[in-house]
Amino acid sequence: MAQSAFKRRNLARRRIVGGLGVGLALVCAIIGAACLLIILGYVIVQGAGALNRDFLTQLPHPVGVPGGGVGNGILGTFIILGIATAMAVPIGLLTGIYLSLFGRGPIPEALRFLSDVLSGVPSIAIGLFAYAVLVAPFKHFSAFSASFAFMMLMLPLLVRTSEQAIRSVPQTVREGALALGMSNFRATVRIVIPTAMPAIVTALLLAIARVIGETAPLLFTAFGSQFWESNPNRPMAVLALQVFTYAISPYPSWQAQAWGGALLLIGAVFVLSLGARLMLRRAMRGLEA
Amino acid sequence: MTVGPQFRRVARFVSPADRGFAAVVYGGSILFALLIIGLFVELVLGSWPSIVAFGPSFIWKSSWDPITSNFGALPMIFGTVMTSLIAIVLAAFIGIMAAVFLADFAPRWLGQPLSFLIELLAAVPSVVYGLWGLFVLAPFMRTAIGPALQHVLGWMPLFSGPIYGGGLLTGGIILALMIVPTVTAISRDVLVAIPRDLREASMALGSTKWETAIRVVLPAARVGVFGACVLALGRALGETIAVTMVIGNRPEISASLFAPSYTLASVIANEFTEATTSIYISALIELGLILFLVSMAVNAVARFMIWSVRGSERV
Repeated sequence: MAQSAFKRRNLARRRIVGGLGVGLALVCAIIGAACLLIILGYVIVQGAGALNRDFLTQLPHPVGVPGGGVGNGILGTFIILGIATAMAVPIGLLTGIYLSLFGRGPIPEALRFLSDVLSGVPSIAIGLFAYAVLVAPFKHFSAFSASFAFMMLMLPLLVRTSEQAIRSVPQTVREGALALGMSNFRATVRIVIPTAMPAIVTALLLAIARVIGETAPLLFTAFGSQFWESNPNRPMAVLALQVFTYAISPYPSWQAQAWGGALLLIGAVFVLSLGARLMLRRAMRGLEA
Repeated sequence: MTVGPQFRRVARFVSPADRGFAAVVYGGSILFALLIIGLFVELVLGSWPSIVAFGPSFIWKSSWDPITSNFGALPMIFGTVMTSLIAIVLAAFIGIMAAVFLADFAPRWLGQPLSFLIELLAAVPSVVYGLWGLFVLAPFMRTAIGPALQHVLGWMPLFSGPIYGGGLLTGGIILALMIVPTVTAISRDVLVAIPRDLREASMALGSTKWETAIRVVLPAARVGVFGACVLALGRALGETIAVTMVIGNRPEISASLFAPSYTLASVIANEFTEATTSIYISALIELGLILFLVSMAVNAVARFMIWSVRGSERV
């Protein structure tokens, strides 16, 4: 009798410990989610005040002159991202095709290893590389060098995803195309890649979301500019860089604009992430069908 | 989906169009490989003058003086290691607990939105964290958290000295916020991948759900969870902008967590465009090289650990 009472008490104790433990785990999960909501809340509240048409379309004004905006930074972000995407997509896709077609052996394994290494390299080190290759030899900062750095940051994700996406296209699809007399080239380009396309676009959206707010490599590549600049061979304003410069400036009017810029960046990142999620759902459906 | 031998026969490129296609594919892959090798080579070349001038003592000398061109990386290595350690201690606990909750306890209606929020946290740009850290967290540290910690733990050198707001601890907390999503997302995947049988066996033996999660499932997943933490540590080591904005940027080593400090990445971010002499630039690039090598090693360890649990699927 005494023993079973002891067992019951013991079980009660274990249940209480379990309940407390689950509560602790729940609190931790809520802390993680709450941090996002708090940061998001601050950015929305502080940033919404700075947003207006001038902020999106005007050049920055000098300190003390009210108004002004980050129009040139938004333009610069689009230009630099556009060039980076135009360079990263072909290289990433070709490497992905190579890895999916010739997947085994020491060379593909080495390439995968290099790709994994690249995905862990801090963005500031990649900025130094872009500086060494494209800024130092020409003795001036340029938007193109920033695009080069962004391309390096986007590549690992593109390579890995396009390899997996192409590989997950059923073998029968390719064999069907070959049986109909298509060459390997046509089968890959006309049949296999289009089937894998939604997954590849997902990866591209995620890669752009990753670099759109990236600031560290821009400090010594794009450098920033006070003017409307569309020549990629010259220093260019970029939104993320403007947020950084304004934030660490001592002027309250600039600091307010930094919050506005941060709101734009977060908005862009969230739209891209949601878009990627929707694309992924489509990709899954396409593969199941 | 591995490539079988019969497919290798099919994949041979014969027609002229195929040969051209193969050449383009090879070309793209070679270019990709060259870019990565070039990254390493350029960092070594750029830091060569500094390597020659200071030798290995660069790593343990603590002077950082651009005027006399006397450079040592110790204060930055110290700052980088300290902030990353603070970050990983905080983030590992919160992240793993959150992952346990999401994997084993969360009902569907709660688990999915929570996972989604935590993953979005990973997508917030570094400069936004920095902005928030600078204007919200740092003042809060100075007025609330810092004095409270000092009140309770002020007898320890770690929590002594003046509180500026920005400093090692603030940098570590911002980093922790940034890497919690990494720890949570990967740990959750690893935990979910642990076979159901293990859970059922443990429940059948009379464990509570909590005992099953903590004493059976978590130990079974420990290698992968540890790998997630190491991967997050790699991110923390190389993180630049957010830390630069809150760490105080002073190349000093001090015992107090409230003191301003510097990290490898933030010294490059702050001083690179202002560096005038070539040896100064070279020393900064050598800091970048150290950062590159350390984060490469950390990442290699992490990926190896995560693979060994999840199979060949890549992270």
